Amino acid sequence: MVSGAGGGGNDVQWCFSQVKGAIDDDVAEADIISTVEFNHSGELLATGDKGGRVVIFQQETENKSQPQCRSEYNVYSTFQSHEPEFDYLKSLEIEEKINKIRWLPQKNAAQFLLSTNDKTIKLWKISERDKRPEGYNLKEEDGRYRDATTITTLRVPVFRPMDLMVEASPRRVFANAHTYHINSISVNSDNETYLSADDLRINLWHLEITDRSFNIVDIKPANMEELTEVITAAEFHPHQCNTFVYSSSKGTIRLCDMRASALCDKHSKLFEEPEDPSNRSFFSEIISSISDVKFSHNGRYMMTRDYLSVKIWDINMENRPVETYQVHEYLRSKLCSLYENDCIFDKFECCWNGNDSVVMTGSYNNFFRMLDRTQRRDVTLEASRESCKPRQLLKPRRVCAGGKRKKDEISVDSLDFNKKILHTAWHPQENIIAVATTNNLYIFQEKVN
Amino acid sequence: MSGEVEASTVEQQEMQDTVVSPEKTEEAKLKARYPHLGAKPGGSDLLRKRLQKGQKYFDSGDYNMAKAKMKNKQLPAAAAEKTEITGDHIPTPQDLPQRKQSLVASKLAV
Repeated sequence: MVSGAGGGGNDVQWCFSQVKGAIDDDVAEADIISTVEFNHSGELLATGDKGGRVVIFQQETENKSQPQCRSEYNVYSTFQSHEPEFDYLKSLEIEEKINKIRWLPQKNAAQFLLSTNDKTIKLWKISERDKRPEGYNLKEEDGRYRDATTITTLRVPVFRPMDLMVEASPRRVFANAHTYHINSISVNSDNETYLSADDLRINLWHLEITDRSFNIVDIKPANMEELTEVITAAEFHPHQCNTFVYSSSKGTIRLCDMRASALCDKHSKLFEEPEDPSNRSFFSEIISSISDVKFSHNGRYMMTRDYLSVKIWDINMENRPVETYQVHEYLRSKLCSLYENDCIFDKFECCWNGNDSVVMTGSYNNFFRMLDRTQRRDVTLEASRESCKPRQLLKPRRVCAGGKRKKDEISVDSLDFNKKILHTAWHPQENIIAVATTNNLYIFQEKVN
Repeated sequence: MSGEVEASTVEQQEMQDTVVSPEKTEEAKLKARYPHLGAKPGGSDLLRKRLQKGQKYFDSGDYNMAKAKMKNKQLPAAAAEKTEITGDHIPTPQDLPQRKQSLVASKLAV
């Protein structure tokens, strides 16, 4: 790829590449996409849905003779990761919805990913089979045993090529370690451990060991009446295997160092932006709840997403973010209705591009936002079936907050709050993005001239 | 002197309030619609509701009945076919409706 660095937000023109999923408006609950994640090379793209299924797409190797033909993502493997369960003790259903998928760095020919629902994390191995043994002595090709008396000669079985078969098999099941609902998993840079976080606790696992887990954060109060905040997301530092962060429903981020103590209840750093008390309203705490936290690739910054904004923090500065971007400020005057229809509790994710120069996050009406940190510019784009011609350029969208609506603008009251883009992912090196609407996956690429 | 300074900051505050942050307007709207809403929105009630998320069933029997009801909703066509072949006609494997796949593939994988 010419761009290499994966940079640029607004000198980059985005165009449509592919869309996956059904066109019909009648969306079955199981088809709602709940997570999207590229692997470390960007060759594979995984999605999880509410029905507990994982679909993995693979980037086709580029056709060198046709540089205009952008590489496409096609289905590589699909499997049922989690099934619905019943918690007999609490008489509650345990949803099969896949909350998060995280890829392990590739070590051999097979690919590994962790997928989790509310209670159980599973390690899946995805491997290719393109040869099969033929010419057994004791069995026919279809598996039936040969009559031993008819065997007069011996032959050596050989491998013959076969149509590529991609198999997914569960290699580990990490269960029964979470009383509350798992919201995050994060693989450590040591490639041996990973963390899983629920509303009140964070556990550390070894990838090889399923019957033991270490609790490293516990914020459950002795008296549940005193509960004031919950854990909303957690992530390991990309390079420092002793460091992780977790965000809270009160808008704070805590950085913990596992070298300091076994139980990291005491944070090493607390990131919190002071609030102007005169601005405080009923909604302040709810909209300050952080729905996602992501370290930059270089490990120097972290990004948080709350209801109305994206903030970039320098991990060396705790008292305020270094950058704040408004995602959809026009919603501030709609908070009452957004509270009534529960949209105010929507959990938007965010992601960095490969060289940490641009960040992306979703919004309503199938809009998503690209925020360019270096050029201090932002753009709103839309994932829509109406812009689906091959290599069609995406047109920037504008929302009119009130008053006179200009041509091409859409008014706040016309926004469809059922069309939410909660999950987006950016290819680790190239300008290729995956944007999930309710039940469709859009892939957009940088326009190449 | 300090009294004057205080007075002006109070005035400023009042001015800000009357200029009115959109959030405070929205809050007033909400309180008007739901006068019994508690003062602490992010308090333990909201959080505990969040921790409790998930549909509660009476017991596992209740749960399995609910699941079966959902599956039946997906199979009305198959049921209609069945009534045609039972009774006088001895069904053969070809006559019976195809068993619906218990696990339906994702539409993204088409």
